[in-house]
Amino acid sequence: MDQNLYNYLLMLGDNSMILGHRLSELCGHGPSLETDIALTNISLDLFGQVRNIFQYAAKLNDQESSEDSIAFLRNERQHYNCILVEQPNTDFAHVILRQYLFDQFQLLQLNFLLQSKDEQLKAIAAKSIKETKYHIRFSSEWCKRLGQGTEISHNKITTALELLYPFCNEFFETTEVEKEMMERGIGPNLEELRVQYFDNVTTLLNEAGLSIPQTPFRVSGGKHGRHSEHLGYILAEFQYMQKTYPNMQW
Amino acid sequence: MVSTLPNIDPDLIGILEQVSDPEIPVLSVLDLGVIREAVIRDEVVHIKLTPTYTGCPAMDTISVDLKQALQQNNFKSKIELVLSPAWTTDWLSPKGKAKLEAYGIAPPLGEELDKKALMDGERIVKCTHCQSTNTKVISAFGSTACKALFQCLDCLEPFDYFKCLK
Ligand SMILES: [Zn+2]
Repeated sequence: MDQNLYNYLLMLGDNSMILGHRLSELCGHGPSLETDIALTNISLDLFGQVRNIFQYAAKLNDQESSEDSIAFLRNERQHYNCILVEQPNTDFAHVILRQYLFDQFQLLQLNFLLQSKDEQLKAIAAKSIKETKYHIRFSSEWCKRLGQGTEISHNKITTALELLYPFCNEFFETTEVEKEMMERGIGPNLEELRVQYFDNVTTLLNEAGLSIPQTPFRVSGGKHGRHSEHLGYILAEFQYMQKTYPNMQW
Repeated sequence: MVSTLPNIDPDLIGILEQVSDPEIPVLSVLDLGVIREAVIRDEVVHIKLTPTYTGCPAMDTISVDLKQALQQNNFKSKIELVLSPAWTTDWLSPKGKAKLEAYGIAPPLGEELDKKALMDGERIVKCTHCQSTNTKVISAFGSTACKALFQCLDCLEPFDYFKCLK
């Protein structure tokens, strides 16, 4: 098996899966009906993308794993998502900002993957990018609305920004696996994406009337399986059924 | 250049027309444009099915319904999910668009107009109740992944709009 490609797929899929789960927690709890539906729609899209990625990973692994076993039977240290996406739904401002900071990265990443040398990843990206464009429209519009809204909304998104912004650098810390993917023309050059990412983010935040925090970038390690404490709680809920009733079918 | 015209055996059209989208029952899978190939090889029907949205839960149901419909017509079938080329609302048949509107879902406008309606709030989507275009977007995300929620400012009724996906 192409172990590095397999691990790369897990890295891609885990970001969408963990963020998708976080958004699903909001089902029935959104601040208004429209935002509730929008966030859970986005969650559904992210899970759709994960299924495509994990089905492909299972195929690479000669079906020794399945999309379900990949999703439900790995422990914390075997998850490779960035730490940003596991941060909690503290309030609507945190939810929106976390979403925007991820969408902006995902859009650039998928845009590269449209030209990936890996045909299946290319097809998955072509499918996913259409949805991600809707997601970023939603999250960036809301960032502006909160930033330019009332004093309360402005303060809330400022607080969220101070907490979440320092996690963004992790997207671009190239691991050995990502380096190999870049050399094989499968994955992007993350250093190039970094420049574009922070340009775009700065433009949007300025438009929203928010200033870029001066706090240094926070610890990372998610891509190596080292996470914040939040991931354990997410997995405890997410994997509950499969762990309690192994191999259960819905 | 990949052909976007589906390759469908004429003998199968009658059967495929009987299988509908579980969420929009007036649309058959052919109206929806999700069948990219349906051919008979060695007495087995081979179908290539493409999802509308990646997370669309209707796809699993459609797969099962297709198998059943073919079985009732004494066909064995093999259904394969294909992602490329990615589905676009351009593949909704003209008949499908008319059925959508009659069902109460405004059909997708072209890419440019869609953006104007959803992003810039231009009043161009036709109300499915009273035909007025004096309508506004309530939420870009509607009751299913493929729809947005609109409201008519003349008759005041809400209605779904099938978003353009390109
Ligand atoms: Zn009306």
